Amino acid sequence: MKKPKKVLILGSGALQIGQAGEFDYSGSQAIKALKEEGIKTVLINPNIATVQTSEGMADKIYFYPVNAHFVEEVIKKEKPDSILLSFGGQTALNCGVELYKEGILEKYNIDVLGTPVQTIIDTEDRDLFIKRLNEIGAKTASSCAVKSVDDALSAAEKIGYPVMIRSAYTLGGMGSGVAKCEKELTKLSEIAFAYTGQILVEEYLGGWKEIEYEVVRDSCDNCITVCNMENFDPMGIHTGESIVVAPSQTLNDREYHMLRRISIDVIRHLGIVGECNIQFALNPESEEYRIIEVNARLSRSSALASKATGYPLAFIAAKLGLGYSLTELKNSITKKTTACFEPALDYVVVKVPRWDLKKFKKISYEIGSGMKSVGEVMAIGRSFEEAIQKAVRMLQVGMYGISCNDVEFDDIEKLIRNPTDKRLFAIAEALKRGYDVDKLYSMCRIDRWFLHKIENIIKAEEGIAGYKNRPEKMPEELLRGAKALGFSDKQISLIVSAAELDIRKIRKAKGILPAVKQIDTLAAEYPAMTNYLYLTYNGTEDDISFGKNKQVMVLGSGAYCIGSSVEFDWCCVNAVFALKDMGYQTVMVNYNPETVSTDYDICDRLYFDELSLETVLDIYEKENPEGIIISMGGQIPNNIALKLHDYGARVLGTSPEDIDNAEDRHKFSSILDSMGIDQPEWKELTDISKAREFGKEVGYPVLIRPSYVLSGAAMSVARDSQQLESYLKKASVVSVEHPVVISKFYTNTKELEFDAVAENGEIVIWAVSEHIENAGVHSGDATMVLPPQRTYLETIRKMKKISRMIAQRMKINGPFNIQFLAKDNMLKVIELNLRSSRSFPFVSKVMKTNFIRIATGIIMGKKIHIPKLSLDLDYVGVKAPQFSFSRLKGADPITDVEMASTGEVGCLGVNYNEAVLLSMISTGFRIPKKSILLSIGGPENKHKLLRPVKKLLDKGFKIYATDDTSKFLNSNGVKAKMVYKAHNEDSKNSVLEMIDKKEIELIINIPNNPDRVALSDGYVIRRKATDHNVPLITNVQLAKAVIDAITGIEIEDIDVKSWDEFKESY
Amino acid sequence: MRGIRTKAAAKLILKDGSVFCGYSFGASKSTSGEVVFNTGMTGYPEAMTDPSYRGQILCLTYPLIGNYGVPAKEYSCGLEKSFESGSIHIRALIVSSYSELNSHWSSKKSLGEWMEEFCIPGIYGIDTRALTKKLREHGTMLGKVIVDNNAIDDGTEAAGYHNRKFEEISKSDLVSEVTVSSPTVYKPEENKKGSKAVILVDCGCKNNIIRSLLKRNITVIRVPYDYDFNSSGYEFDGIFISNGPGDPKMCRDTIRNVRTAMEQETPKPIFGICLGNQIVALASGADTYKLKYGHRSQNQPCIEKSTSRCYITSQNHGYAVDAKTLQPGWKEWFVNANDNTNEGILHKTKPFMSVQFHPEATAGPVDTSYLFDRFVEML
Repeated sequence: MKKPKKVLILGSGALQIGQAGEFDYSGSQAIKALKEEGIKTVLINPNIATVQTSEGMADKIYFYPVNAHFVEEVIKKEKPDSILLSFGGQTALNCGVELYKEGILEKYNIDVLGTPVQTIIDTEDRDLFIKRLNEIGAKTASSCAVKSVDDALSAAEKIGYPVMIRSAYTLGGMGSGVAKCEKELTKLSEIAFAYTGQILVEEYLGGWKEIEYEVVRDSCDNCITVCNMENFDPMGIHTGESIVVAPSQTLNDREYHMLRRISIDVIRHLGIVGECNIQFALNPESEEYRIIEVNARLSRSSALASKATGYPLAFIAAKLGLGYSLTELKNSITKKTTACFEPALDYVVVKVPRWDLKKFKKISYEIGSGMKSVGEVMAIGRSFEEAIQKAVRMLQVGMYGISCNDVEFDDIEKLIRNPTDKRLFAIAEALKRGYDVDKLYSMCRIDRWFLHKIENIIKAEEGIAGYKNRPEKMPEELLRGAKALGFSDKQISLIVSAAELDIRKIRKAKGILPAVKQIDTLAAEYPAMTNYLYLTYNGTEDDISFGKNKQVMVLGSGAYCIGSSVEFDWCCVNAVFALKDMGYQTVMVNYNPETVSTDYDICDRLYFDELSLETVLDIYEKENPEGIIISMGGQIPNNIALKLHDYGARVLGTSPEDIDNAEDRHKFSSILDSMGIDQPEWKELTDISKAREFGKEVGYPVLIRPSYVLSGAAMSVARDSQQLESYLKKASVVSVEHPVVISKFYTNTKELEFDAVAENGEIVIWAVSEHIENAGVHSGDATMVLPPQRTYLETIRKMKKISRMIAQRMKINGPFNIQFLAKDNMLKVIELNLRSSRSFPFVSKVMKTNFIRIATGIIMGKKIHIPKLSLDLDYVGVKAPQFSFSRLKGADPITDVEMASTGEVGCLGVNYNEAVLLSMISTGFRIPKKSILLSIGGPENKHKLLRPVKKLLDKGFKIYATDDTSKFLNSNGVKAKMVYKAHNEDSKNSVLEMIDKKEIELIINIPNNPDRVALSDGYVIRRKATDHNVPLITNVQLAKAVIDAITGIEIEDIDVKSWDEFKESY
Repeated sequence: MRGIRTKAAAKLILKDGSVFCGYSFGASKSTSGEVVFNTGMTGYPEAMTDPSYRGQILCLTYPLIGNYGVPAKEYSCGLEKSFESGSIHIRALIVSSYSELNSHWSSKKSLGEWMEEFCIPGIYGIDTRALTKKLREHGTMLGKVIVDNNAIDDGTEAAGYHNRKFEEISKSDLVSEVTVSSPTVYKPEENKKGSKAVILVDCGCKNNIIRSLLKRNITVIRVPYDYDFNSSGYEFDGIFISNGPGDPKMCRDTIRNVRTAMEQETPKPIFGICLGNQIVALASGADTYKLKYGHRSQNQPCIEKSTSRCYITSQNHGYAVDAKTLQPGWKEWFVNANDNTNEGILHKTKPFMSVQFHPEATAGPVDTSYLFDRFVEML
């Protein structure tokens, strides 16, 4: 095979449910693998916050939508000879199939590296897939591919209810579910057909074990399985929603190797070259199996398997795509042994999904065959109990482990039978209440082995409880045993009623310390100089020695969740790179398998472990670094800054005391007042009647927030006194340590963000971005523009002045972010984050100046060159949120004070319209060609959109509008056809019917007053649009911007430009 | 006190003086042996009944052991169905975390109960990674397992064991302990002869070698390791030399018999596995040596030299063939992709071949089971 010269890599776009940061990791590895060979790389990915789209990664980076049109444009321009399709998730794979089917790859003579496209099609089309597997006698669930609801019903009749619905070409099982009867099947299949032309009706295998293998094959037909994994939750729950354990725990040798052999047979038969994932259902009472699916690409599971084993699947897959054989490649951990081997683990890995369901309105908390989780954590231990307790804490959802949690259960049996995000805790509680394992098994079908392990934890808790109020009397053996079962100091402290640090002291006095172990792929059989580490209490000896000089610890960002995503990983990775350049040894702590920062190549030592006070201190005390950088990983490290500082650890950058001044809402607001800086009217809350008084005084809505919040967690808006009271009751639960502050909530003003770096209180570099949406939309859900397009210079000058004052007062030394409200040149400060913020990568890439590298230099006290920046750019950057509402059944797809987006994109354009349009398309928005439906609440909103809608009409769009909106439009000279809202007797000529008939290409639904009516027409329309994949806009300013863009430019006229082509021209 | 069970202390003492403390499971009995490690993640019932482990204290590097219990003792074609022989051959088992509570549809008892039945002690709570690293650095070492329900240093029975010498395993004739006492014939189906017959020289044969031959419609004549099959009355079409424990050079009679078979004018096909590979090599005039810590795992990559294809294999051996000493007419068949040690030899013209790894698997990957087909084709 001839070596390619220039390879085009398709990225995965924004993070969304079912497709998260793991593709930044896999794409980055692919780029590294190609660069090593001297091959030029061109990357298309609109996810501007990724590491792969950073300087020093791909040779050419295009921030454009990953779709056939823009990929073809890039191909025309760059003339690559080859393409990689399997490193950008389902997005890239779907785009690749489209390029292939449309003959674009052939037209430009482009080779597909790795798995051939026909093989991809064979695995993605359920019918073909089953046919191919039948050829070698591999068993699949009996199933039927159908193209209509009627056919689905008759197929189900044949197979027998319950049946499983799956749709082809989707990620994370979207549009799939279990139907127990005809009615359910009709409903489910209707939704599924909105996304795809073909669905599969399948034999239901609920309760079977779910097992996965990661398989690698080279072009010489060498084939290995790198890892197998067992789902804690049996079949019926999507693997992305399941707790997953590697390697399998309850399979004996026969089963393990039977499934392994079948995996290899299947992958050979399909002709995959590179990496793929195969999923099995295994009968828990026999050796009967079914193959569920094959993913002929890097996947979430493969990222997990890479991190679980230390085997760099994406890197190897990229090399295999170039024609290397496995035996020609080395094991990158031992650097000596071959890559053609199967890792042996001497630890156990547990992955737990991270849900964020409470962020969504009207959503069901039940989990099942569709994916709802937004991230995951991976814990490593040498006992299952140790690993799962770590994992639960890593979620950072207020749980201390399997036990000792403050969770209330209404109906425990129901929670166990019908899984929700709380099932694990319900099981622990049931065991505590005396349920036996057999009974629980009959309720949940989770293998008894796992249940026994949870029981071990519960029993150990009882043992510890015997030392309530006298923890110092705990025998060493008992304490050591508890630590080996994964109990944290905090957890033990709760059981015995002591302070966390007292337990730490007692434990250390008894010499009970964790051992540092390496992940070396060969279970210590060969010496390995690996830096990939974890802590365990099931061990007595450290694998490594300590005492190196000039080390700096960087705390990572933890699991992706709403509000904390790939952007903080970018910050961490860049901080590590900067530290390396300055000659420091870097120690990274993080536990998110979907990240680049947890690639052991990035830092000198990677601790894949908790970001808790206990673990960070344990590592700190072993490594004795020069200090800890806590300002890169977002809120999780920020939260332990003061505690680390109080313990005596050296926290680098802005002082934790000043961080506390910013995080503690009461302190912060008082400081602003004392400095004469304007902010929304505020008050620290003492009792409810005073709160009501305050609300009356300043006028509703008001914002209620406890301190130390991220992305609006537990932050709420009350629109009247009744809401205020009910929220206060809720808020007081989450704010034991910090008082609740309420403030006036402004909605009709502009919002601006100030991202900057300061050195000893002096700002050295800054950027201002403007939100398209008015205040009221969470900053994480807002569409941001840089440089600002509608902000007065006077306003910017004032922002700088206020920011300078704050930087000096807080003695800021490192990155920070201030959020402002702006109206008529008047500014109010609404928030200060004394850490890097979500917008740092966006700002750094648009301004072409890496703010994090500068910040890291300042934190380390180095003299660094700081370029002079100007907001006067010849291009515009727009960052747009990515929502995942289509996966969140029932959720109201609307933006509000609570953040709801799961990811973001950022695109550059030669003008505002172009940047807006590109970023919208990158989030999955399809440009309407003919028809648009409007349903606008409130006279003000109607007026605001009148002129833009006129433009649409002039452009030849057919305008449909609901009742009031159509009356308003028609009476103002805009011809609009009236359609009924949802609640219409005969449902004829209604919005819903039009959606069904696919007669509407875009819905603009501006709710006047969100969340007032539980099941309003507006909600029904929005939900229907989302379920039927019709683009939806719910914000008036965004609607205006999008209409301007649609009517202002044509997609065909956009010339694609690589990142480096956007530059200043004087 | 509920929660953390009353544990009986147990420890492993290595010849270099290092001590690993843990807790006892299985039989409450002290013992000694050669300490080796295996990195396979599944297959403890198979490994523990593999006669090649005779005389050894086995440390499993995978930390969670006992999860799926131990299956019932059932027979098929006169062989234990789920085990590699009729008894446990290891002297003791060393693990990190042991699951007394197990879960599997085929499980009939816990691992500990099964070990008790065979009077085999186990220790859990050991830092098996630290132990493995020691064995890797110092090579396989002699060790003693000391189990005591009371305190460790009370000067009683345990103390007696302390003073006992480390047993020099490599000096004992382990193969004679595990071979069959007299020839036994296995047929693919009851009362039905196979298409061909093979002499299986039992040096400590794993059941799955026999099963693999029976499955291919071969009648298996299993004979003791020192049995002179060349001048016996059995009619056969090929010779198969099994795996087994210890130093191949101790099997003098076997080597002599194989050499005789090779020297026939029209020699019968010969196939060897593991110890069998070493015996074939020694019989051909090549030499063997002891590896520092051996290969005991299910993930050993072996490259077939003629095709460059790589296979993942299951292994369990402490000795290896020195490829440099191969005599004219012979060539290396497989090599280990990690350390380049010999993994199989082949005669260039005559039907003699053998492999160091285990194509019969159990435990381990089944990628090389095609080698049985190769052998059967030659008969």
